Amino acid sequence: MSTDVTAKTPAPAPPGKSGGAAGDGLLQLVLDGMRRNMRQYGMLIALGLIVALFAVWTDGDLLLPRNVSNLVLQNSYILILAMGMMLVIIAGHIDLSVGSLTAFIGSMAAVFMVKNDLPWPVAVILCLAVGAIAGAIQGFFIAYGGIPSFIVTLAGMLIWRGLTEIFLEGQTLGPFPEGLQKVANGFLPEVGPNTNYHNLTLLLGFAMIAFVVFQEFRDRRRQQEFHLDVPPLNLFLLKLVALGAAILTLTMLLASYKGAPIVLLILGVLLVGFGYVMRNAIIGRHIYAIGGNLPAAKLSGVKDKKVTFLIFVNMGMLAALAGLVFAARFNAASPKAGLNFELEAIAASFIGGASMSGGVGTVLGAIIGGLVLGVLNNGMNLVGIGTDWQQVIKGLVLLAAVGFDVWNKRKVGS
Amino acid sequence: MAGPVLEMRSIVKTFPGVKALSDVTLTVQQGEVHAICGENGAGKSTLMKVLSGVHPHGTYEGDILFEGEVCEFKDIRASEHRGIVIIHQELALSPFLSLAENIFLGNEHAKGGFIDWRETLRHGSELLRRVGLSDHPDTRVADIGVGKQQLVEIAKALSKKVKLLILDEPTAALNDEDSGKLLDLILELKKQGITSIIISHKLNEIRKVADSVTILRDGKTIETLDVKAPETTEDRIISGMVGRDLENRFPDRTPHEPEEGAHPALEIRNWTVHHPIDQQRKVVDDVSIEVRRGEIVGIAGLMGAGRTELAMSVFGRTYGRHAGGTVLKDGTEIRTKTVPEAVKHGIAYVTEDRKHYGLNLIDTVNRNISLSALGKVAKRGVVDEHEERQVAEGFRKSMNIKAPTVFEPVGKLSGGNQQKVVLSKWIFAGPDVLILDEPTRGIDVGAKYEIYTVIDQLAAQGKAVVFISSELPELLGMCDRIYTMAAGRLTGEFSRAEASQESLMRQMTKDKEVSR
Repeated sequence: MSTDVTAKTPAPAPPGKSGGAAGDGLLQLVLDGMRRNMRQYGMLIALGLIVALFAVWTDGDLLLPRNVSNLVLQNSYILILAMGMMLVIIAGHIDLSVGSLTAFIGSMAAVFMVKNDLPWPVAVILCLAVGAIAGAIQGFFIAYGGIPSFIVTLAGMLIWRGLTEIFLEGQTLGPFPEGLQKVANGFLPEVGPNTNYHNLTLLLGFAMIAFVVFQEFRDRRRQQEFHLDVPPLNLFLLKLVALGAAILTLTMLLASYKGAPIVLLILGVLLVGFGYVMRNAIIGRHIYAIGGNLPAAKLSGVKDKKVTFLIFVNMGMLAALAGLVFAARFNAASPKAGLNFELEAIAASFIGGASMSGGVGTVLGAIIGGLVLGVLNNGMNLVGIGTDWQQVIKGLVLLAAVGFDVWNKRKVGS
Repeated sequence: MAGPVLEMRSIVKTFPGVKALSDVTLTVQQGEVHAICGENGAGKSTLMKVLSGVHPHGTYEGDILFEGEVCEFKDIRASEHRGIVIIHQELALSPFLSLAENIFLGNEHAKGGFIDWRETLRHGSELLRRVGLSDHPDTRVADIGVGKQQLVEIAKALSKKVKLLILDEPTAALNDEDSGKLLDLILELKKQGITSIIISHKLNEIRKVADSVTILRDGKTIETLDVKAPETTEDRIISGMVGRDLENRFPDRTPHEPEEGAHPALEIRNWTVHHPIDQQRKVVDDVSIEVRRGEIVGIAGLMGAGRTELAMSVFGRTYGRHAGGTVLKDGTEIRTKTVPEAVKHGIAYVTEDRKHYGLNLIDTVNRNISLSALGKVAKRGVVDEHEERQVAEGFRKSMNIKAPTVFEPVGKLSGGNQQKVVLSKWIFAGPDVLILDEPTRGIDVGAKYEIYTVIDQLAAQGKAVVFISSELPELLGMCDRIYTMAAGRLTGEFSRAEASQESLMRQMTKDKEVSR
């Protein structure tokens, strides 16, 4: 289900030609649209190639329903972090503390639930609040104190890691309540008659397709209402079919195993939510504006400090969520949890199209970048490549992705 | 004069999708100052990049002959080796290195890989003297003004044994005094046998220093004129650049009749601002100005007069430390402590530096236009993209913004079109008072006229316009009233009838020495 939304955001890229689009060939239009979002389509294609490569290499094991489920669960926390990280990087900042903060929230969760037996929903809310506060503290120093985010979050990285070890006294704490484990590891409940497929997942998938089709048509009609050029009907339909096929494939894959993991739903909601906010909400625009040109944004009346502060609060909350999912998945809070997560999330963002100087990137890109890393991890595990070589290969992929971007920009002409 | 030193024959340079140069021929005589002018996008900078090897041999068609030999430069070093040095519009000095270190950067006096400081200092100070600078070679570049930095660039060129010096809009960032010095230096170098090519928008400069001028338009050479010939007038050059006879450089304007009794739209009283770092220094000193609806009021002043500082400190205190004064809108005192407050009270400030303070260059036209008034195309915090696009399309047509679509990144547009985007952005915010800071800086004649027309229309719609400019002709052509500033103080106020270049300049240079 993540591919469905995945394909959604780049697709409505508005039509290029102002005048006579009718004369151009369909292929030309498709290529035009792709060139405009070169980075994202490039990575989407790269992701497809990587999936295909490992699917062949593992004799199809990669795409077994069970493995697809696993892939989602294994990477959920990195994907959650990557979405928040993308916002931070678009705004022109960086957050090195999220790995430590993930571990810290895990330890808080253990203190709340294992040591003090709080009901898990209460503990979850408390943990998210602690994450928000941790983010707020860092955000305060960055936005209002004017200390570079690299420094503040580098300090945070040390502080949260240290506090984790203090809270856990170097021990691993567990187990967590069953309810929480189900959220992190479980699937949607089984309902209805036996169809050999997971009914609720099927239903959800079909609903999703219907929703996407409805949205696309509504969007098209709205554009026409405003007398704006719309892409030709055949291109539009082609896009709809591609979207529908992608959703359907993933739905069938998941439905033929245990159904959609609950974490996947959380991811989907976050992706759609953040994607919408970044594209359509005023605050989203303001984030791009301060990352693209801070002085100009200030002179345009953007409340840059407040926006920066909120971005870090948000990052803190997402780190808390990732910490909860991670702790619940392994059913223990460990002082070594979340090691290098910040680097994975940052790498995912840059693979997915972020720029060091800020102002560029999409939440969807972060997900694509995260999936590239995730599929690489999973695929290499399946074919038995050791973690030593895995790191080398992931490093090369990061270098290649950003290198491609730089090369492509240079070719287009600055 | 011993024949041509440089000949560029039928140069064609194509970028993906754009033919930047389509048959340019340029002949520069030995020992002359040769001006190149043309509208933005005419291909001036591209031509110089071809000449200096930024675009290496093989990426363009045509021949370059320097001192009679065919040259095939593969990079800048190759052209510099032959004595062709280009000084770009944006200065390329390292701010925290000394003058001498900058002069010899990449070309150091060294023994076995270590800097020879004695020789660096000796030669450095010699070169600095040659360009008329008395600063110590150990001074940091960051500690001298832009005008002097430009001269350091020339010293750097001299260190490379320059034969052909190319200056790309060298006076764009300089005040009149520094510009004058620079132009004198170019003439001085000419006496020493150095040939110069100067790219400039400023026709009076061309008249002052150049021997001949080549006019480019749409990537083609239009003509080469002898500047000293009597028939080469400014209007003649302008008509060559724009390809039409420019009868009037300014739109016909019915002067504003101030209505009796009504309060001014904006009134600034006794405004004083201190320098943000050196807090003893008054950058704006007890300035009071007013502007009425429908009126265009100019503020003239040399660089450092405090015009921009006045405007920015009023607009959300975005410059310096406020030390007194009030702002009144329609007779009532208002707070303009933050930008959102100023915008709420209907004030807009269009910056002089559109690239750094006006636009998000990597974002699209439509998103730049809507940024300062997103609330107008949004409901409950959610932007209606279609409405936004429609608004932007409207401005694209009405302002004649030359962009293929409103989804074009602003950074890809020419300066004039970027300026139109900044103006659109603030017109869309719907202000009552517009403060325009150098709205026509660095843009070509045709686009200037379009911008003047827009300003005129804004005033006709009843907006109050404050027009800050260094170009006196445009203030005289556009304004109903003109204030002059010098060294942070208001030094004069002229009606349209009273003002002349001479009278304004006298007030603009008043007391300058005393306050320094």
